[in-house]
Amino acid sequence: MTTVALLSAAVFVAMACVVLAMLLCTVRLLLGPTAQDRVLALDTLWMCVMLLSLVLGIRDASQIYFEAALMIALVGFVSTMAMAKFLLRGEVIE
Amino acid sequence: MTGAESLSWWAAVPIALLLVLGGLVTVIGALGLVRLQDFYQRIHGPAIAITLGAGCILLASMLYFTLSQSRLVIHEVLISLFVLMTAPVVAMLIMRAGVYRDLRNRSERAGTGDTSAPD
Amino acid sequence: MKRWLPSPALSVSLMLMWLMLNGSVEPAHWLLGGVLGIVAPLLSRPLQPHGYAVLRKPMALVRLLCFSAIEIVRSCINVSQIILMRRAVRVNSQFIRVPLDLRSPHGLALLSCLINTTPGTVWVDLLPAKHELLLHVFDLHSEAWWVETIKTRYERPIMEVFEHPVSRGELS
Repeated sequence: MTTVALLSAAVFVAMACVVLAMLLCTVRLLLGPTAQDRVLALDTLWMCVMLLSLVLGIRDASQIYFEAALMIALVGFVSTMAMAKFLLRGEVIE
Repeated sequence: MTGAESLSWWAAVPIALLLVLGGLVTVIGALGLVRLQDFYQRIHGPAIAITLGAGCILLASMLYFTLSQSRLVIHEVLISLFVLMTAPVVAMLIMRAGVYRDLRNRSERAGTGDTSAPD
Repeated sequence: MKRWLPSPALSVSLMLMWLMLNGSVEPAHWLLGGVLGIVAPLLSRPLQPHGYAVLRKPMALVRLLCFSAIEIVRSCINVSQIILMRRAVRVNSQFIRVPLDLRSPHGLALLSCLINTTPGTVWVDLLPAKHELLLHVFDLHSEAWWVETIKTRYERPIMEVFEHPVSRGELS
């Protein structure tokens, strides 16, 4: 077993785990009895997508995925804030 | 996996361990989101995925690019700083939204306008 | 100096952020980062209602951050154990109230970040009547222990970092 094989296996395990986490989040997103549960699940889903793009960056040895991950983190934060604010006030901008 | 051929064992093993650990912690966090009973318990599940899971994978990414390109690649620090600064804000706002909506539902059911602190 | 560089630490960290984003240490990037570090704080000053934070004891801040990093890893392990092992019905989730002496807005912001980043605790609100913190704890075993930990381990170092020694005596 070489280092390349070891790293490929580790990347595969990490990707499988993150995808499984995304599926669990989707379950909560669809089930979620209340609106705040759905927002929480969606926020976790954004985080998992960010982690997935980092792992893909390691698999392809490419720096492009870093920018994608940064953008996903930024957009995820803003959208979750907007949704939580909407739940709190009934409007996004006061 | 270009560039990985040049990695030695002492570099590849920690990266692999961090990746697997990060993935497992993320799954546990998401499992908490599904398994726990009510919203106030569920909000604690993703916190471990955000701190430890993201931390492990970001550290693995930093180590991998630094060692395989043999120059310092630490721009993942930016993502971890950003996540550490924004995740608490998100958690606090979602928690507040949950508490507010619960109180509003309760007071609508009771027919009073009381929206003070819970318990 | 004070007028053009309201917060030197902020300017330096903005420049470092620019260098990391570009991943190079060429002179051109130093120059652009320097311009960013000078212009961005000046432009965003009206957005800061409380002004820029002044760190009185940087070493105390570093010690606090190290302590909370260890605390984060420890409570990650605890929360994972509870999620994996225990029946969800038997988790004792509670709201607790912690009376706070800390008044500085920057200190409160740092305290809320540290508490929320630690898995197992979420900051809900600051009750303005008695300046109490409403906190949600995932698995509560003793309320007094939590109040004690937050008061001595988190609040006291933050007060050392952000507040005047004099004003603290006046307020509390």
